[in-house]
Amino acid sequence: MSFWTRHQIFEKNSIILVVGILLVIAIGGLVEITPLFYLKSTIEVVDGVRPYTPLELAGRNIYVREGCYLCHSQMIRPLRDEVERYGHFSLAAESMFDHPFQWGSKRTGPDLARVGAKYSDDWHVTHLTNPRAIVPQSVMPGYPFLKETEVDPAAITDHMRTLKTVGTPYTDDQIANAAADMKAQADPDNAGTDAFTKRYAKASVRNFDGKPGTPTEMDALIAYLQMLGTLVDFKLYNEKANLR
Amino acid sequence: MSQPSMSKSMTVGESGLAALFAVTAFLCVIAAAKALDAPFAFHASLSAAASLAAVFVILNRYFERPAALPPAEINGRPNYNMGPIKFSAFMAMFWGIAGFLVGLIIASQLAWPALNFDLPWISFGRLRPLHTSAVIFAFGGNVLLATSFYVVQKSCHVRLAGYLAPWFVVVGYNFFILIAGTGYLLGVTQGKEYAEPEWYSDLWLTIVWVVYLLVFLVTIIKRKEPHIFVANWFYLAFIVTIAVLHLGNNPALPVSVFGSKSYIAWGGIQDAMFQWWYGHNAVGFFLTAGFLAIMYYFIPKRAERPIYSYRLSIIHFWALIFLYIWAGPHHLHYTALPDWTQTLGMTFSIMLWMPSWGGMINGLMTLSGAWDKLRTDPVLRMLVVSVAFYGMSTFEGPMMSIKVVNSLSHYTDWTIGHVHSGALGWVGFVSFGALYCLVPWAWNRKGLYSLKLVNWHFWIATLGIVLYISAMWVSGILQGLMWRAYTSLGFLEYSFIETVEAMHPFYIIRAAGGGLFLIGALIMAYNLWMTVRAGEAEVQAPVALQPAE
Repeated sequence: MSFWTRHQIFEKNSIILVVGILLVIAIGGLVEITPLFYLKSTIEVVDGVRPYTPLELAGRNIYVREGCYLCHSQMIRPLRDEVERYGHFSLAAESMFDHPFQWGSKRTGPDLARVGAKYSDDWHVTHLTNPRAIVPQSVMPGYPFLKETEVDPAAITDHMRTLKTVGTPYTDDQIANAAADMKAQADPDNAGTDAFTKRYAKASVRNFDGKPGTPTEMDALIAYLQMLGTLVDFKLYNEKANLR
Repeated sequence: MSQPSMSKSMTVGESGLAALFAVTAFLCVIAAAKALDAPFAFHASLSAAASLAAVFVILNRYFERPAALPPAEINGRPNYNMGPIKFSAFMAMFWGIAGFLVGLIIASQLAWPALNFDLPWISFGRLRPLHTSAVIFAFGGNVLLATSFYVVQKSCHVRLAGYLAPWFVVVGYNFFILIAGTGYLLGVTQGKEYAEPEWYSDLWLTIVWVVYLLVFLVTIIKRKEPHIFVANWFYLAFIVTIAVLHLGNNPALPVSVFGSKSYIAWGGIQDAMFQWWYGHNAVGFFLTAGFLAIMYYFIPKRAERPIYSYRLSIIHFWALIFLYIWAGPHHLHYTALPDWTQTLGMTFSIMLWMPSWGGMINGLMTLSGAWDKLRTDPVLRMLVVSVAFYGMSTFEGPMMSIKVVNSLSHYTDWTIGHVHSGALGWVGFVSFGALYCLVPWAWNRKGLYSLKLVNWHFWIATLGIVLYISAMWVSGILQGLMWRAYTSLGFLEYSFIETVEAMHPFYIIRAAGGGLFLIGALIMAYNLWMTVRAGEAEVQAPVALQPAE
C-alpha cells in the first residue's frame, strides 16, 4: 500500500479530513504562542511601567478609534538609525498594559513609542488641529473636532473595571476615584491633583488643550501622547536583566 | 413533483428560525433603547430591522412555496441550488467596486491630505479599515462563498445541504459586513489590523461561520462521488482555520453589553503574536487556501484539461497548511518578540516558498496542451496571470521575511506593494476569472456578453497593477534607505518629513494605478450585468465534466 493510496483515507472521509486539518494547523500556533505566556523576557516587569491614568486611557481609546496605528508604529527596533531617531528600543514591558497592542505595521508618519515630552502641549494642539500649520509637507489628516468634543469622566470607571478583569492591575482606589482623577489630571487647580499623582507615578497634571472646563478629547489624546515612552528611566534600567 | 395530497406545513428550520429572529428583533430593540453610545444604538436598530425583515421573508417564502421543498434530484440529475450563489456573486461585485473605490480615495488622501476634509468619518484612519475589510472580507469573502457553494455541489454531484441555511450564510455574512463597515466610519473598532470589527460583529460572524461550515461539510458528506475533490480540501481548510483564527484573536470583554467598546483579553506582546498569527493566516487561509480552491476547480474547468498532478496537489495541500501557520512572527521582526520566535517565523516563511510554487506549478502546468487558449480566451488568461502573480508574490514574501531584508522593508510601502501584487494580481484576477466563469454557469447563459470587454478589463487592470506595485517598490525601498542614510559626519541624513515628501510622486502614481483597476472592475460589472440581462439562455443543461484527480 503506497503513501498515495493511504492518503485516500482523507479523501474519502470528510470528518477525518477536518480532524487532520485541525491537527496540522494547531502545531505552529501552539509552539509559537504558548511560551509567550511564561517566558521571562515576555512577561518581564520593569520599574516605572504603570497602567494608564483615566485621562490617558480615554486618550488611548481615541487613538484606537481614529486608527492612528495605521500610520504610526509604537515599536522602536534595535537598529542604529531607529535608536538615534526615536530613542531606546522598545521593551516588551512598555506595552504590557496595552489592550490591544498598538505596535503598528506602517510608518506613513514617524514612530510614536517615545513621542512623550518631545513636543509641547501647544505644539500638539496646533498639529492635531491642522498638521500642515506646523509641518507643511505633512499628509496627516486634521482632527479639529477633538477640541470640540468633551470626554465623559463618569464613563471611564467601567472601562477600568473591564481592563482589571482582563488583567490590568488597577487598584480599588484607582477605580473608585477614576472620574475625579480624570478631571484632576487636566486641571492643575483641581483640589484632587495631589491624590491623583500619588495614585499614578510620573503622571503629568496639565491643562493639555489650554481650554478651561471639562476635559476634551484633545486633552485626553495629548495626555496619552505625552506619556508615551516616558515611564521607564533608562539610566536605571538594567538591560542585562532582560536580555531578549 | 409535489403530491397534491401532501399538506403544507412549516419545516422545523422555518419555524425555528422565524421564532429566533423574532426574539432577536425584540432583544435588539431593548439594546437600542438602552444603548450607551450612538453607534451601538444605530447597530442595534439596524439589527432589529434586519431581524424583522428576516421573519417577514421567511414567512413570505413559506406562504409562496409549494408544499414540498425543492427536490434534491430531478430526473436523476442533481437539482443544484443556485440562489445563494447568485446572491453572493452579485454582492462580490458590489463590494468589490465599493472596496476599490475606497482604496482609490485613501490613496488620494495620502497624495493630497486635504481630501480628509477634517471630518472624522472619512479620515484616512477610519477609511483604511473600510478599504481592507471591503476588499478582503466583503469582495473576497463573497467570491469564496459563491464559488465554494458552486464547487461543492458540482464536484459532489449533490444539491447544497439545507433549505434556509445557505441563505442564512450568504445574507448573514453580508449583514456582518454592513455592521462592521458602518462601524468603522463611526469609529467602532478593536484597533487590530484586519480584525477591526467589535465584539458583537465578531459574535454574529461566529454564528454565521459555524453554519457555513455545517452547510459545506454536510454537502460533502452527502456526496455521490467516493473521493472529495481537491478544491474542497482547500475550501475546508479555509473554513476550519478561519474559525480557529477568528476565535483565537478576538476574545474580548465588552465594557457593557449595551455599548460598542470592548477590551481584548490579550495584552502587549501576547496580543501582538496572536494578532499576527491571525493576520498572516488571514492571508494564508482566506486569501490563499480559499482562492487556491478556486484555482483547482476553475482553471481545469475553463481549460478543459485535468489538473496537472494529483500527487503534487496532495503535497501542496498538507505542506501549505502546515507551514503557513508558523509564518506570523515575520510581521514582528526586531520587535520585543523573542528572537527565537522571529527566527522560527522567518524559517517557516522561507520554507513556505516551496509549497507555494508547487501549487503555482500545478496550476500553470494544467494548461499543458491548452496554452493556445490564452490567445483566444481572455478569461482563462486572467486566471493564468493570477497564478503567475501568485508565484511572484510568494517569492517576494519569503524574501521579505528574511530579517535583514525586513529591517529595510518593514514599516515602508514595500509591504503595501507586496500585499497588492498578491491582492490585485492573485486574489483579484483569480476572483474576476472565477466570476466570469460562474455568472454564465449560474444564470444558465451560453457565454459572456462580451469577451472583448474582458480583454479590455484584463489589460487596463494589468496596467493598473504594474503602476501600483512598481510605485510602491520604489517608494518603499527609497523610504527605507532614506531612514537609515547617514552623512559623512555620522548624522542621520534625512529628517522624517523629508522622507514623507519624497513619497509624493509615487503616491500619485499609485492612485492612478488603483484608478485603472477600479475602471477595469466597472467594465466587468457592466459585462456581467449584460450577460445576466441580455445573454442568450443555454438551451441544454451543460454536461458536467468529470472532476479531474
